[in-house]
Amino acid sequence: MGLAKRVLQGDVRATARLLREVEEELPGAIDELKVLYPHTGKAHVVGITGAPGSGKSTLIDVLIDAYRKENKTVGVIAIDPSSPFSGGAILGDRIRMQRHATDEGVFIRSLATRGWHGGLSKAAANVIHIMDAMGRDVILVETVGVGQAEVDIMNFAHTSLVALVPGTGDWVQTLKAGILEIADIFVINKADKQGVNEVEVELQAMLQMGAPSAAAWKPRILLTEAINNKGIDDLMEVIRQHRESLIASGRYEAYLRERSRLELVEVLKSSLMDRVSRMATEDDYVEKLIDDLASRRVDPYSAASDVLKRIVQEGKF
Amino acid sequence: MTSGRKLRILVAKPGLDGHDRGAKILARAYRDAGFEVIYSGLHQTPEQIVHVALQEDVDLIGLSCLSGAHMYLFPRVIELLKENKAEDITVIGGGIIPVDDIPKLKKAGIKEVFLPGGSLKDMVDWAKANVEPCRYGERKE
Repeated sequence: MGLAKRVLQGDVRATARLLREVEEELPGAIDELKVLYPHTGKAHVVGITGAPGSGKSTLIDVLIDAYRKENKTVGVIAIDPSSPFSGGAILGDRIRMQRHATDEGVFIRSLATRGWHGGLSKAAANVIHIMDAMGRDVILVETVGVGQAEVDIMNFAHTSLVALVPGTGDWVQTLKAGILEIADIFVINKADKQGVNEVEVELQAMLQMGAPSAAAWKPRILLTEAINNKGIDDLMEVIRQHRESLIASGRYEAYLRERSRLELVEVLKSSLMDRVSRMATEDDYVEKLIDDLASRRVDPYSAASDVLKRIVQEGKF
Repeated sequence: MTSGRKLRILVAKPGLDGHDRGAKILARAYRDAGFEVIYSGLHQTPEQIVHVALQEDVDLIGLSCLSGAHMYLFPRVIELLKENKAEDITVIGGGIIPVDDIPKLKKAGIKEVFLPGGSLKDMVDWAKANVEPCRYGERKE
């Protein structure tokens, strides 16, 4: 039986294997993904981003618990950075979630960024699809610990949580563009620490400064102490409200379309890039073009246009 | 950038032993050798370790035990891997292990045993020489 069929039956080994093949970009993986795609689009994807040490993994640990109490199955994608020197990685997020390790209703997969920027990994989109096809009701995606500009998660998650902690800066930080703009829900974690009111007030001020909008959803601010399981019921309730608001306002449909557009562009870019880099290294035709470029007989824009025409004529990627 | 095959390793601490300095140093050495390392944290049951290994699709499990319970815990991990048809995952062990136990552990399926005083380089080299990254590449089934 093919891997995809076993994934659809919820087979852990087959799913883990396909995730690996997708991550390693092995040739067979795309055929399996084609089989799975029609079965995706059902899970609610919740992204959790924030600075290193803001409690993302611990928040996920308690959210897993809360979703399991509602009898929902959970997939977790936990991303940690790869070393720019060795390419290796310590994938340490799941240490906080180990009490769920033997629960069949919880599937946790750690991914390394492998040089990908934006807070996720290149394989993240397909890893979400596979967990979705496996039948997970909720998929929690933990980004790497981020600074200010890693906003990819907003394109993958239906609901984006930004985790903050007290004592991380004054008002000017909240004026800046970047991750504070993408939050559907702000979670001020470690709310037992000093300075929690200041963060809350600054965030409220930031949200009020924006131009009045007709948006159906206004970002919410919640206080939690994940490690003491405090504030989690409220957080679950607001995530539920956000999902309902998405659907009721029609933004869910719009989101799906936008997501599909981005995915198509990404796949196109990546297959074209592969084709072009193969051509650039293996093809005599391209070698000649490069000679022409080097001797200024042709400009790079016309050369690139020739290459594209040739790829289209060949009809194979 | 760095797509391609990467060795994935689970460094795990089975049982009630609370000493993980060695496991952390080893995890770091594997990281610096370019492997992707999942560290289980302390006090894991063999069942937890095997579940993690399956979900994370690791190629190698390194078990560290300094409490003396290795003769139960290590073979139990092998047993559970077999039950889950995952005996293709290589398992090695390390810690305070009497030399007399080493042949018994190897007989139980532990591929190699590393003792105090061994070098990190040897452990990294062993993994490079004996573990195939992404065993599924050739799609055996």
